[in-house]
Amino acid sequence: MAVMEMKEAINQALKEEMTRDEKVFILGEEVAEYNGAYKVTKGLLDQFGPKRVIDTPISEAGFAGLAVGAAMMGLRPVVEFMSFNFSLVAMDQIISNAAKMYYMSGGLYNIPMVMRGPNGAGPRVSSQHSHNMESVFAHFPGLHVMSPSNPKDAKGMLKSAIRCNDPVVFLENELSYGMKDEVPDGEFLVPIGKGDIKREGTDVTIIAWARMMSLAKTAADELAKEGIHAELLDPRTLKPLDMPLIAQSVRKTNRVVIVEEGHFFCGLGAQIADNIYTELFDYLDSPIIRIAQSENPMPYAANLEAATLPSVAKIVNAAKHVSYNV
Amino acid sequence: MASVKNEVPTIAKDKMLEMLEKMLNIRHFEEASIKAYQQKKIAGFLHTYIGQEAVGVGTLAHKQPQDAVVTTYRCHGLSLALGLPPKAGMAELFGRVTGCARGKGGSMHFFDKQHNFLGGHGIVGGQFGVGIGAAFKSNYDEDNAVSFIFFGDGATVQGTFHECFNLAALWDLPAIFICEDNQYGMGTACTRAIANTVIASKAEAYGCKGYTLNGMDLHEVHDRMRDIVKEVRSTRRPVLVHMKTYRYFGHSVSDAGAYRSKEEVDSYKARDPILAISRELIDGKSITEDEFKNLQKKIKNQIQEAVDFADESPEPPLEELTQHVYMDEVGNA
Repeated sequence: MAVMEMKEAINQALKEEMTRDEKVFILGEEVAEYNGAYKVTKGLLDQFGPKRVIDTPISEAGFAGLAVGAAMMGLRPVVEFMSFNFSLVAMDQIISNAAKMYYMSGGLYNIPMVMRGPNGAGPRVSSQHSHNMESVFAHFPGLHVMSPSNPKDAKGMLKSAIRCNDPVVFLENELSYGMKDEVPDGEFLVPIGKGDIKREGTDVTIIAWARMMSLAKTAADELAKEGIHAELLDPRTLKPLDMPLIAQSVRKTNRVVIVEEGHFFCGLGAQIADNIYTELFDYLDSPIIRIAQSENPMPYAANLEAATLPSVAKIVNAAKHVSYNV
Repeated sequence: MASVKNEVPTIAKDKMLEMLEKMLNIRHFEEASIKAYQQKKIAGFLHTYIGQEAVGVGTLAHKQPQDAVVTTYRCHGLSLALGLPPKAGMAELFGRVTGCARGKGGSMHFFDKQHNFLGGHGIVGGQFGVGIGAAFKSNYDEDNAVSFIFFGDGATVQGTFHECFNLAALWDLPAIFICEDNQYGMGTACTRAIANTVIASKAEAYGCKGYTLNGMDLHEVHDRMRDIVKEVRSTRRPVLVHMKTYRYFGHSVSDAGAYRSKEEVDSYKARDPILAISRELIDGKSITEDEFKNLQKKIKNQIQEAVDFADESPEPPLEELTQHVYMDEVGNA
């Protein structure tokens, strides 16, 4: 175990997988000579050379499409989007090509490809640089969607994503890249589709992923002071969801708060809530409350930005509400 | 525009016959598919290759086993030219599990792994990335392959064309961009859509060579493409080939083609490559009229067998519905 930042854990996963399998290569804007816009790919060019660590021009549709073709021919590309906001430029390649290829070819061509990069709000970057894309990608069959909340998971999840024979959208957070934690040395895998209980509790299940888990932890600390013991559940893989784990927790606490950084309408939390209502209705003692981003583009002004995003206070409030303890 | 000299002006008789047979195979396959569509055995979109046969057959005569091919939704002709059995193609059109994509792809999404046929693609310009990805893999693995990327004139104004040509030129990817210019993007004449209709000149913008070929002339396509493919295989530089061709039918079977005159269509039919090559072979006494008729009959029978095969094949079982969404089984899903 070594203590490292989230970006270093992702870097370690990339290095280990590129060492293990020479078919793995990474391409994206500024990934090589610049060492990554957020330094996630630091040192990769030196270690693996320009054949496998490739700076691209600003052509997201072009290089994402190239990765799909390379994957069809047997390579295992890792595409870095400098931010997932730019993945929108490559959407046709991700949805119509990467996600659909295996199915529409009748199983002839699978796409072993990872698309990764920071997702969600950066600090004060306004409307076009703050998209949360998980609900969009999770909508389309053919993609797996993963989003780690801490350095340890990030390493184990990314290694599994790179070994997956299907396309994986791997959503990181710029605001979490500096988060430090212990990370296992060497081979360590977190299976795709397996969630994790980050803190055991008895009174309410708070489901949160990625950066929202950090907020949920602080909220749980505050709730504990008031005698409410929250169980923190991190699905880690957003598609497919670990419903057995969610069911186990809901049966125990009977109350649920779902926190997501993305918008409220058609947010992933709505799907999770629907799954719970459908499968676990009789176990609920209260309607589920969803905390999500408000229904406006991200504003620049500090006060408006804060009001747009989920907060610890909103989570605490929601947990009290579902506990009828307001 | 650069030019390539024909080193060997004539094609051997056997090769000509083989290519004639391939063109006939495509022509009759497409005619049968239109008929089956009218009988409601085929649904959805159906974009036929009739009129453009010389482009696919003459070009892919130079494909080596390691090479990859990708194209648009007008994909039946190239698949057949590569060697896809007509039965697998027709069954796909009929939506049967015996089809080349198990009935899940349909007319626009033929695939053939044996020939590295990376698909028919339904979004205009969506296949460029796939094509340069295959070329990238060839350099990565140093297997001396080239990538044949077919597209229509309408795709030259999509962003992906320019992004991917730039990437191919920047990284020395052995990609052959083949514009099958049938002069209409659906119902819009290319002069109403493309500011610069000298398609080959677009390669110069990326420091590459562009060629303009008469896509109705099998000799020209075959001979020029032989040299162009050879060039790309050795230089690893992408090229752009502008093939002037024509589709006799509408954009798809639902298109009556009111935007074109009968005279225009007839003028191209008069230059029909199948007509031209069969006359040439008969006049040159390579084959007799009877032999040609027998060849036509043989191919028509094969296509009829394909239609019968498709008709008798089962639809995909319902278990197929959720198969091939993912290759790996993960989580609890």
